[in-house]
Amino acid sequence: MSDVLLDVRDLVVEFPTRKGLVQAVSGVTFELRRGETLALVGESGCGKSTTARAVMQLPRPTSGQIVLDGDDLVAAGKRDLRRMRRRFQMIFQNPIASLNPRKRISEIIEKPLKIAGLLDAEKRRQAVEELLETVGLDPAVAMDKRPHEFSGGQCQRISIARALILEPDLLICDEPVSALDVSIQAQILNLLEDMKQRYDLTMLFISHDLAVVRNVADRVAVMYLGRFCEVGSSEMLFDSPAHPYTRALLSAIPVPDPTVTPKPIEMIQGDLPSPISPPSGCRFRTRCPVASERCAAEVPAMRELPDGRAIACHHPLIGA
Amino acid sequence: MSRPLLELTNVSTHFHSPAGRVRAVDGVSVSLEAGQTLGLVGESGSGKSVLARTIMGLLPSYAEIPKGGAITFDGQNLLTMDRKARRAISGPGIGMIFQDPMTSLNPVMKIGQQVYEGMRHHFGTSKATGRQRAIELLTEVGIPQPDVRVDQYPHQLSGGMRQRVAIAIALACEPKLLIADEPTTALDVTVQSGILDLLQREQRDRGMTLILITHDLGVVAGRCDKVAVMYAGGIVETGSTRSLFARTRMRYTQALLDSIPRLDRPPHERLKSIGGRPPNLITPPPGCRFAPRCAFADAQCEAAMPPMQADEADPAHSFACWHPRDPEQVTEEVA
Repeated sequence: MSDVLLDVRDLVVEFPTRKGLVQAVSGVTFELRRGETLALVGESGCGKSTTARAVMQLPRPTSGQIVLDGDDLVAAGKRDLRRMRRRFQMIFQNPIASLNPRKRISEIIEKPLKIAGLLDAEKRRQAVEELLETVGLDPAVAMDKRPHEFSGGQCQRISIARALILEPDLLICDEPVSALDVSIQAQILNLLEDMKQRYDLTMLFISHDLAVVRNVADRVAVMYLGRFCEVGSSEMLFDSPAHPYTRALLSAIPVPDPTVTPKPIEMIQGDLPSPISPPSGCRFRTRCPVASERCAAEVPAMRELPDGRAIACHHPLIGA
Repeated sequence: MSRPLLELTNVSTHFHSPAGRVRAVDGVSVSLEAGQTLGLVGESGSGKSVLARTIMGLLPSYAEIPKGGAITFDGQNLLTMDRKARRAISGPGIGMIFQDPMTSLNPVMKIGQQVYEGMRHHFGTSKATGRQRAIELLTEVGIPQPDVRVDQYPHQLSGGMRQRVAIAIALACEPKLLIADEPTTALDVTVQSGILDLLQREQRDRGMTLILITHDLGVVAGRCDKVAVMYAGGIVETGSTRSLFARTRMRYTQALLDSIPRLDRPPHERLKSIGGRPPNLITPPPGCRFAPRCAFADAQCEAAMPPMQADEADPAHSFACWHPRDPEQVTEEVA
């Protein structure tokens, strides 16, 4: 069994619009090792959710390879893909909208088993009850209710149960706690951590909140306008960012400590350039405080630094 | 400053719903001196936005403000004023900006017009002067090419730019008090700091009083003089920002601080979450509203609502708790 569970190569996702083709993801390459959590971070519109959805084949990417444990999902036919889907599941940002309001909780969680044609009705019910208990809901109370009778945090627990009932290898979490209050957010993050241990999950975790990412991730990939800027261990990126954009993101986080005066963010203020006509060369150069002429002329290639991280920058902040 | 610009005494806001009376805000008292910044912090449903709307007079028809409370702004009680007088205060007296700049701006009206609409209404400013003033304000809030933007519509701007326009609108009538209700929640963190910097600068330059409503304790920590923490319709702890963070007394405030993931903590560290969820505000618990979720609660907490009491070291810092945390004792929180 290989150490790598998910291998994504040269992933490109394009969407047609009236103004032309938008390349939401422009050639992204990464690996997910078994048992690790990789976080994708970046501002809205950077392509992090699109990358996650492309892995889910929702919709299918324009080009590239996505290999899950030896099977190429992009090349797979419909029937094969459906069979493979048992192995990768997803939870979404809005827990209430991602549950069918007309179905009972028992039906919602049981559905993946039914689609996969696994177990008989009695066994399925048992599995649902056990899983509800595991995610911290009382099956006796929850089974016959519908989503609107639950709070956001409880709905996210239900979504997690639905994603885990097929015992997938890979769990993709797209901003799973962004819509929740801080006190509930901590409950869900702890639950995800427990589930990861219990089910030996590998996770792809999408978030714009770097403090949350710091808590859950082993490795972090920073994305900007459809491309990766920097990929490395969580300690490395947080303690000594090498890409100017990583540093900018970190400098923008408000610190819950009144003795720390907010510092100006280390980035040129302005809007995210349009992904329809992204800047030439390095896409971050229009907002980068250290950009040079070379950055406009030449696309920085992803390269590995001596400390093991990968970075796409002509003027890295360390180890240049 | 001796006399506060804004003083709330025992203010409540209830909503009539088919299931009963919802006590969204219940007996809130807080005061704010001119030129200060107050951070109003709480989770969803704690009543912070309803409190802001109560001060602004922007409540729906099914809301009721029970008698016995007062909102004194600049010496006048807003709650006993007639509608016309109240309306004259919105704008030059109190301005407000909202969470979602896409829905708070009028999509079919040019940006410039939205900026000077208030000036025309309150001061009878001419269109030409208004437009000129709008361009100045757009420049001030950091909008590039203000002379072009002034004739554009909201959909032609990004979220951060729209929020800057909303700030320009609120500043147009030069309010004494500005209420910013989650002004950066819908924005990216890189845009957030720019908007918060702008609010802080305007507050200083204009000597304006600012209420910053947020769920993010990180936002208030660096930018507010004073903080009030709300839970289930009431203020449970208030004081200077420094004192509230350094000498946290109320158990809920501490639990909230403990549950935030932090950049300086190692990965995969178990977060201290708060079990359960906030109470139903139609039939709130008789005692402390946090008691059902509090690790330190006992029979007294369940029986009686704790009154606000002053911190021994700092009388401006007060909290409502029967078993307050000992601020000198650090070990129990680290364990």
